[in-house]
Amino acid sequence: MSAIISLSNIEKYYGEYHALRDINLEIAEGEFFSLLGPSGCGKTTLLRVIAGFETVSSGAVMIGGANMAHVPANKRPTNMVFQSYAIFPHLDVAQNVGFGLRRSSMSAAEKEAAVTDALKMVGLDGFGNRAAHALSGGQRQRVALARALVLQPKVLLLDEPLSALDKKMREQMQTELRRLQRQVGITFILVTHDQEEALIMSDRIAVMFEGQIAQLASPQELYRRPNTRRVGEFIGVMNFLEARQVGEVPDGVELEIEGLGRIDVTSAQMPEGARALADVIGLRPEALSLVYEGQPAPVHSVDAEVLDRAYYGDMTYYDMKLQGCSTPVTLSMKNLMSRQVLEPGQTARVAWEPGSLVLFASD
Amino acid sequence: MRGGWLRVYAIGYLVFLYLPVILLPLFAFNEGTVIAFPLKGFTTQWFVELAGIQALHGALLNSLFIALITASLSVLLGICAARASTRYRWPAKGPMMGVIMLPLVLPEIIVAVSLLVVIVQIFDLPLSAWSVIAGHTLICTPFAIAILTSSFQGLDLSLEEAAVDLGESRWGAFSKIVLPLVSPGIVASFLICFTISLDEFIIAFFLTGAEPTLPVYIWGQLRFPTKIPAVMALGTLMLVASLLILSVAEYFRRRGVRRIGGKDSGGFL
Repeated sequence: MSAIISLSNIEKYYGEYHALRDINLEIAEGEFFSLLGPSGCGKTTLLRVIAGFETVSSGAVMIGGANMAHVPANKRPTNMVFQSYAIFPHLDVAQNVGFGLRRSSMSAAEKEAAVTDALKMVGLDGFGNRAAHALSGGQRQRVALARALVLQPKVLLLDEPLSALDKKMREQMQTELRRLQRQVGITFILVTHDQEEALIMSDRIAVMFEGQIAQLASPQELYRRPNTRRVGEFIGVMNFLEARQVGEVPDGVELEIEGLGRIDVTSAQMPEGARALADVIGLRPEALSLVYEGQPAPVHSVDAEVLDRAYYGDMTYYDMKLQGCSTPVTLSMKNLMSRQVLEPGQTARVAWEPGSLVLFASD
Repeated sequence: MRGGWLRVYAIGYLVFLYLPVILLPLFAFNEGTVIAFPLKGFTTQWFVELAGIQALHGALLNSLFIALITASLSVLLGICAARASTRYRWPAKGPMMGVIMLPLVLPEIIVAVSLLVVIVQIFDLPLSAWSVIAGHTLICTPFAIAILTSSFQGLDLSLEEAAVDLGESRWGAFSKIVLPLVSPGIVASFLICFTISLDEFIIAFFLTGAEPTLPVYIWGQLRFPTKIPAVMALGTLMLVASLLILSVAEYFRRRGVRRIGGKDSGGFL
């Protein structure tokens, strides 16, 4: 796979404000790529830089091997789905979808066929004559997709396309966007602040904080091995416990972890920069579990008390106080019929999975 | 009765507002030459008389010409200002927009006198329809800006970017997307400026040349008591014309709102 988009040393200033800091990124052809971060992290700015709506202060944007420095937005091989969808309200659905084709050299019949195909692709077959304002949120989203895809761009840019939809519709569109992307084979770049959405849809994710890429990885790697505490906090839920190095073992160190006791940690569990002298470990809620009565207690387990719980139907999340540990931890349990849901104040044994532990450099 | 006083107030308000206006057509069809009750018989002779006054036709054409050019210029300037103020930021934007909107509250007599001084004394130009147009454009442009700004403000900025993204040039995006969407505002501001210019008196009185505008002509006629019934007839025609214009403007505005599926937030009617 070759790189369709290549960004090198991108810097962007708005006056004094440093919006993008040294962005270096290669996005492969046919990839579903996400820019993930909290609001104000520069992810939308970066998308707009690629689209040509923002100029860079320095650095180079290459699309399909061509330098985009002097190529305006309307000449770039990218198309965008806007957060507000930006459906032209005075045009009907077919006119909206056909808007970008008006300048093409196709015959009228070819254009009409292209519009029909695009509408069919997004599941709006036969909607061509509908007025734009008569559409629901989900349908507008589909029209915006069809309008961008009908031009067969090299890259499709999506700016928080699902944030305005309700939960059910959002989940449906996530699956559908993914299916659509595989079908057309175009590179999709998605901007989102929703980590779950990014994990579900992407091949790779760039997590951004303060105009910088904090980590660039596949969803699995990002979730399992966040490279900083901040990334771990942002993606899903993570418990952080203080740890202190007490010895060395082959290919790793021995740690004394607050509340959990002594454990050997391999170098694979240490991201770059973690010095393993006075650091922090991260443990996902699913790496901790309750040991029910009658079950044998595993080696790695400690006594704990339930502080609070949140019942989600399929899962229950418990806030637990581990014995000898000042930091409360969160653990999650699947709600099987045979499992009793514990109430605050009850005590239980908590088992933990040493292999799931990640070591971070302390801030 | 619930709300009794409110009802009395509402009726009293409407009577105060519209009774004088209703008197106009009443006396326009009255046979008597004096404006007084009781009414005499029904006649249409004043309208016939109107048709025969050459000077009146000249004044009417002059006024229509001035109103047409004024409205066009004001809307054009208004589009530029409204677009700039809603889309861009620049240093001293607030004070600048304030100064542009100032003629809205500036006494017309001051505008009229100062323009007279500028045109006659400083530039030494003859007074003509164009001097009136200059004055009218000055006072109409703020109205156009006020109406158009609300049209431009309602527009999603990404609509224009979407058009550019789909291959249009900036001008193409503006003309194919922005202008059609603000067209109800353009029509409304055009008609408002047109009516303001048509019945404006003070500036026209100072700056008009040899050919008076309609209001200046009417003012001149009021000195002759025998002409008053004809003036009433003229007033009636103007009343009907303004109602028609406003209805047409409102029709287009509502159609525009419906077409883009917006919520109607009230117009002139």
